[in-house]
Amino acid sequence: MTLPNFGVHEDPGPSFAELADRYGLTPDFSSAAGSLDITHGTTVVACTYADGAVIAGDRRATSGNLISHRNMKKVFPSDRWSGVAIAGAAGPAIEMIRLFQLQLEHYEKLEGKPLSLEGKANQLSMMVRGNLPAAMQGMVVVPIFAGYDRRRDRGRVWAFDVTGGRYEEMNYVASGSGSLHARTVIKLAHRTDQSREEAIDLVVKALYTAADDDSATGGPDPLRGIYPVVASITSDGYAEAEESEIADRFSSYVESIHQEVAE
Amino acid sequence: MNMPFYVPPEQMMRDRADFAQKGIARGRSLVTIECADGIVLCAENPSRNLRKISEIYDRIAFAGVGKYNEYDQLRIAGIRAADLRGYTYSRDDVDAQTLANQYAQMMSQVFTHDVKPMEVEILVASVGATGADDRMFHIRYDGSVTDEDGFAALGGDAERIREALDGVDTSSMALSEALKLAVEALSGEEPLTADQLEVGFLDRGGEGRCYRRLDNDEIAELLQ
Repeated sequence: MTLPNFGVHEDPGPSFAELADRYGLTPDFSSAAGSLDITHGTTVVACTYADGAVIAGDRRATSGNLISHRNMKKVFPSDRWSGVAIAGAAGPAIEMIRLFQLQLEHYEKLEGKPLSLEGKANQLSMMVRGNLPAAMQGMVVVPIFAGYDRRRDRGRVWAFDVTGGRYEEMNYVASGSGSLHARTVIKLAHRTDQSREEAIDLVVKALYTAADDDSATGGPDPLRGIYPVVASITSDGYAEAEESEIADRFSSYVESIHQEVAE
Repeated sequence: MNMPFYVPPEQMMRDRADFAQKGIARGRSLVTIECADGIVLCAENPSRNLRKISEIYDRIAFAGVGKYNEYDQLRIAGIRAADLRGYTYSRDDVDAQTLANQYAQMMSQVFTHDVKPMEVEILVASVGATGADDRMFHIRYDGSVTDEDGFAALGGDAERIREALDGVDTSSMALSEALKLAVEALSGEEPLTADQLEVGFLDRGGEGRCYRRLDNDEIAELLQ
């Protein structure tokens, strides 16, 4: 391959998606038939807390009524100060995240400074919108986005819809088949001044409840040692919580349920 | 229609080379040094915004001297090539040598075919797990590539800097030591200060994206 070099009028600018498109590298899922059993990822949530935001997702992927993966990852860093989690058709979703991560990195390198947090959310919304023809065929991808806004010094969260609609929420967002249950749990107990530990406990509880009532959402799996992925985003950047910490939070929550049942 | 005069190819190449060299000699110089902590890239650059040094990929950095718009065009092309390659294959498959060859190809094409050769010299540096794995490729205006070892000097003052650094063993130096050496070599009679310098650093011990730009405060602190 020769060095990508464009004339003044054809230059794709700082957009990697546009550049990849010139080389025919962007995937097109829109011609896939709607009746195929496609792997789906399920519940993801995010909420703000005193120092930033947490973002979390369960590990189950389903294909029709079957469980196709037990340890799928749906939560990813999109750059140093933001994270993205995805629910929906797994193939296009993973590809979208890969492209989104590269898009932010590419922009940062070309321009010498990162996009604003709002700009990042906007980029993601354009990618979701680009997926609309595929969504009409059943390949729905609906992400959530959380980040630390370094200009305003606080955590912010966004939800999206299939058409690329971008909605910033004050405190919490959720997406996927179990999102109704998860959102209700967070709604009842969320406080903006809560600590990191309280925020993690809250999303753990939300994902547990979602798994309890939604067959497509995976709960904690102590047998295989598989737990939801939880990450925090603060002024220090994106950090995934250790699996042992999440396992501890789950076992103490399960313990509290045991006691309730015993009483 | 005017008949073009016959110009012997040797003459034409020489004229083009002279033209490019004169353009490069007008600009300020740049030096890169491989040390124990990684690779330090240091340029005399009073501008805050028109940068000479940039990140290309996880362990690869770019430096250019000469005409700003021309080396910046090369920098952008390099980032695009690296990101496309990483997207198509994997992040591990992006390497400095491929990139250096691509640059050489493009610059030699411009040198022989375009109206005017590029008035730039560039460097592609990649930091390895150990000093033995470090790579630095110096690519000149005509597309000729040299594989540099230990240090590299680019720009009008390159000869003088090369003489100053020749024979110095930098392999066990820390970042601050290597930066001091680089600044010393770059400086003329007056030593350069932090606000006249642009410094990039490829961190050997880093994970993922290992490049970072040092700000003025950090440069001043390291030079103390």
